Amino acid sequence: MSAPLLRVDDLQVQFFTEDGVVRAVDGISFDVREGELVGLVGESGAGKSVAVSAIMRLVESPGRIVGGHIEFKGETLIEVERGDDGESYRTDATIPDGELRERIRGREIAIIFQDPMESLNPVFTVGGQLREFIELNRDLSEEDAREEAVRMLREVGIPEAAARYDDYPHQFSGGMRQRVLIAMALACEPALIIADEPTTALDVTVEAQILDLVDELQERYDTSFVWVTHDMGVVAEICDRVNVMYLGEIVEQAPVDDLFYDTQHPYTEALLDSVPRPDETVEELNPIKGVMPEAINPPAGCRFHTRCPDAREACKTTNPDCRDVTDGVTEHRAACIKHDAFETTYEGSPPLETGSGGGFDVSLSGGETDD
Amino acid sequence: MTERASSASDGADAVGFGEPLVEIQNVSKHFPNEEGMFSWLSFNRDADGLPIETGREWVRAVEDVSFTIRKGETLGLVGESGCGKSTLARTILRLLEPTEGSIYFKGTDLADLSGERLRNTRKDIQMIFQDPQSSLDPRMKVGKIVEEPMQAHGMLDSEGRAARAQELLEKVGLDPQHYNRYPHAFSGGQRQRINLARALSVNPDFIVCDEPVSALDVSIQAQVLNTMRDLQKEFGLTYLFIAHDLSVIRHISDRVAVMYLGQLVELADKQELFENPTHPYTQALLDSIPVPDPRADGHRGVLEGDVPSPIDPPSGCRFRTRCPELITPAEYDLTDAEWERVRSFMRHVKRRDFTETDPDALSQRYFDGQIPSGDAGDKVSAAIDDIAADDWDAAAERLQNAFAEQSICAREEPDYEVDPEYGADRHTVACHLCRE
Ligand SMILES: Nc1ncnc2c1ncn2[C@@H]1O[C@H](COP(=O)(O)OP(=O)(O)OP(=O)(O)O)[C@@H](O)[C@H]1O
Ligand code: SF4
Ligand code: SF4
Ligand SMILES: [Mg+2]
Repeated sequence: MSAPLLRVDDLQVQFFTEDGVVRAVDGISFDVREGELVGLVGESGAGKSVAVSAIMRLVESPGRIVGGHIEFKGETLIEVERGDDGESYRTDATIPDGELRERIRGREIAIIFQDPMESLNPVFTVGGQLREFIELNRDLSEEDAREEAVRMLREVGIPEAAARYDDYPHQFSGGMRQRVLIAMALACEPALIIADEPTTALDVTVEAQILDLVDELQERYDTSFVWVTHDMGVVAEICDRVNVMYLGEIVEQAPVDDLFYDTQHPYTEALLDSVPRPDETVEELNPIKGVMPEAINPPAGCRFHTRCPDAREACKTTNPDCRDVTDGVTEHRAACIKHDAFETTYEGSPPLETGSGGGFDVSLSGGETDD
Repeated sequence: MTERASSASDGADAVGFGEPLVEIQNVSKHFPNEEGMFSWLSFNRDADGLPIETGREWVRAVEDVSFTIRKGETLGLVGESGCGKSTLARTILRLLEPTEGSIYFKGTDLADLSGERLRNTRKDIQMIFQDPQSSLDPRMKVGKIVEEPMQAHGMLDSEGRAARAQELLEKVGLDPQHYNRYPHAFSGGQRQRINLARALSVNPDFIVCDEPVSALDVSIQAQVLNTMRDLQKEFGLTYLFIAHDLSVIRHISDRVAVMYLGQLVELADKQELFENPTHPYTQALLDSIPVPDPRADGHRGVLEGDVPSPIDPPSGCRFRTRCPELITPAEYDLTDAEWERVRSFMRHVKRRDFTETDPDALSQRYFDGQIPSGDAGDKVSAAIDDIAADDWDAAAERLQNAFAEQSICAREEPDYEVDPEYGADRHTVACHLCRE
């Protein structure tokens, strides 16, 4: 198999706040191959946005990438190592800022955010912004860039593209603005598009339009995607492979069908059990107990042990890495010591009482129980 | 816990389970369009630099909506953003005055109430809103927040209120010890629980819930939904439950109403609505939801275009500008396949999403080279000639007038009832396809 397009290895991002160090992303590894759509799924605060912004080195202060290695088409987007003094520093292999901005960002890797208003300038016309972007990145004349901009708007399904070229962003609906951002992302025919919850703010019928468009464009341009979402429905519909995140870590990594039909991690299992279904009536939902703890002071051992229905004493002391749990039959990894792949004392360890009442006093984390 | 029987407003007007508790009759709500994008667009100045009076525009947010909510049930109201769900909710709560129509609660028109009776009725109707952050006063302790409505209605003495507040906190799944904490110390799901306790404090019959779980993570959503159900059973509550998420609606509702552009398009028993959706909009909505199952068939029903403005909504059926099943105008003798092609051509011309202008190429691309014969064909040909002459607007208008505007969908407002396949509840559908 050819080398992956993008390889993220042991990425660590921390925020240095007044209250302490937030370990927002704590050693995650995943890769994306050519033409693949890879999902990053998890609840609010799991670290999805921070993780994808690190790929383009867009982590904002007080955040810093404190460890890891990200490689794209054989080039090192970032490599951070810890020196003898304990400080982390970028190695010489890391490509310089200027080069990243000019050669990679936008041209090779494009990003689409949840809120299109943040990425579009309200005082310039939609067409003008797209034209300028194309002009700058593809060395076209103003006239050719304009023509290309109209073509792209049409391509992503903006009605009356030529007439609406001179509209301002606020004159577009949310769905149309998201289409414009997709047009902008596609303009340079990048190899990889990173999409951070691009449909979360949209109505379902509009979301369906956008997902359809992505299917279509992926077929035509063979673009790879990293798709961030919290919606298991979206994951099931569009992803080839999936990474499930919990509290800064990847807890399960699998092809989409295996994730749903051969689930290996209790968190993924619980997440799937807690969603109401549009296609069948579920009488009783099975919520996950409690809420996700703060990343500033994550639980010791397995981070899910405070909410995990399968938790045992041993889970309080071992923090499992995400490793192959299916003997290499499929590429299926999980971070849970129940599996034979982990040589631990799980089997003989007594079960933990989770979530029932006791969690009330400690930062309210167990307060959401239902019984 | 104080039982319902002790509530002062009960008595002669008590309503049995399954009987109408709230009746919404022909309710409309229109707002003058004073601000926002549309007035900004029509902001012209005359020679003296004064804005030209362009005539007052009205946003027809809710139009002629009627339905009944039965005691003890959860009526789910679903629709996309901007369709008028919250306006309708606020009108039912009489936080907004209806432009037309009436709202009856236990048989009494709310507009006829005043004084003590109005205050009592207000107590019986409570609400929970979407954003658990902003709906709780950050300077008030949780206990006081829960007690406030009781105090406003002169319920119990202060000791009694405190005891009841603690009991309620426990009921909604919080620790009674939280009584003395401030809201900021709680998560989103917990804040929504505080809202629930607060709404329950005055022993209401009816709670309007406007997107109560939309801001919550799925795992927390499930916790709150389960609690709401338990409380409903325990206290005999009636919910109007508004959401844009059909999965949540399917989970919580007994009956479901679907809203589009200010109007109800379909109303039926939950199972009937999900298993036998009849209105094309409901069908599109259901087909659009991503199903959390990678083996589900990949069919994604995709609606074209955007929701039109409620300032100048389409005549007849408001969904007709996006409806994939627009009905053939009676005056043309078109086969289904021909009508399909005419409609597709009409859509593409309107959206102007192609650049071809050669008549033969257009006829080939959109009609397989076979433009229908007769009157309909003449109109299509004329539109193709318009395009050849680069007059796209004329082509679009010609097609609209000749076809779209002639359909019964544009001429009459639909309002039908069909026989349910599931259960015995009435199933109403606002679509002319049900006219036989
Ligand atoms: N600027 C910042 N300063 C301090 N902490 C931050 C900052 N940005 C993010 N974090 C923390 O990093 C963690 C991960 O946040 P992130 O935004 O990546 O989550 P997410 O998975 O994208 O959540 P959501 O689904 O809500 O978008 C959280 O604990 C968050 O509070
Ligand atoms: S390691 Fe233990 S606590 Fe963690 S997911 Fe597995 S069983 Fe649950
Ligand atoms: S009345 Fe006509 S336009 Fe409206 S939903 Fe039915 S078929 Fe479609
Ligand atoms: Mg995010």
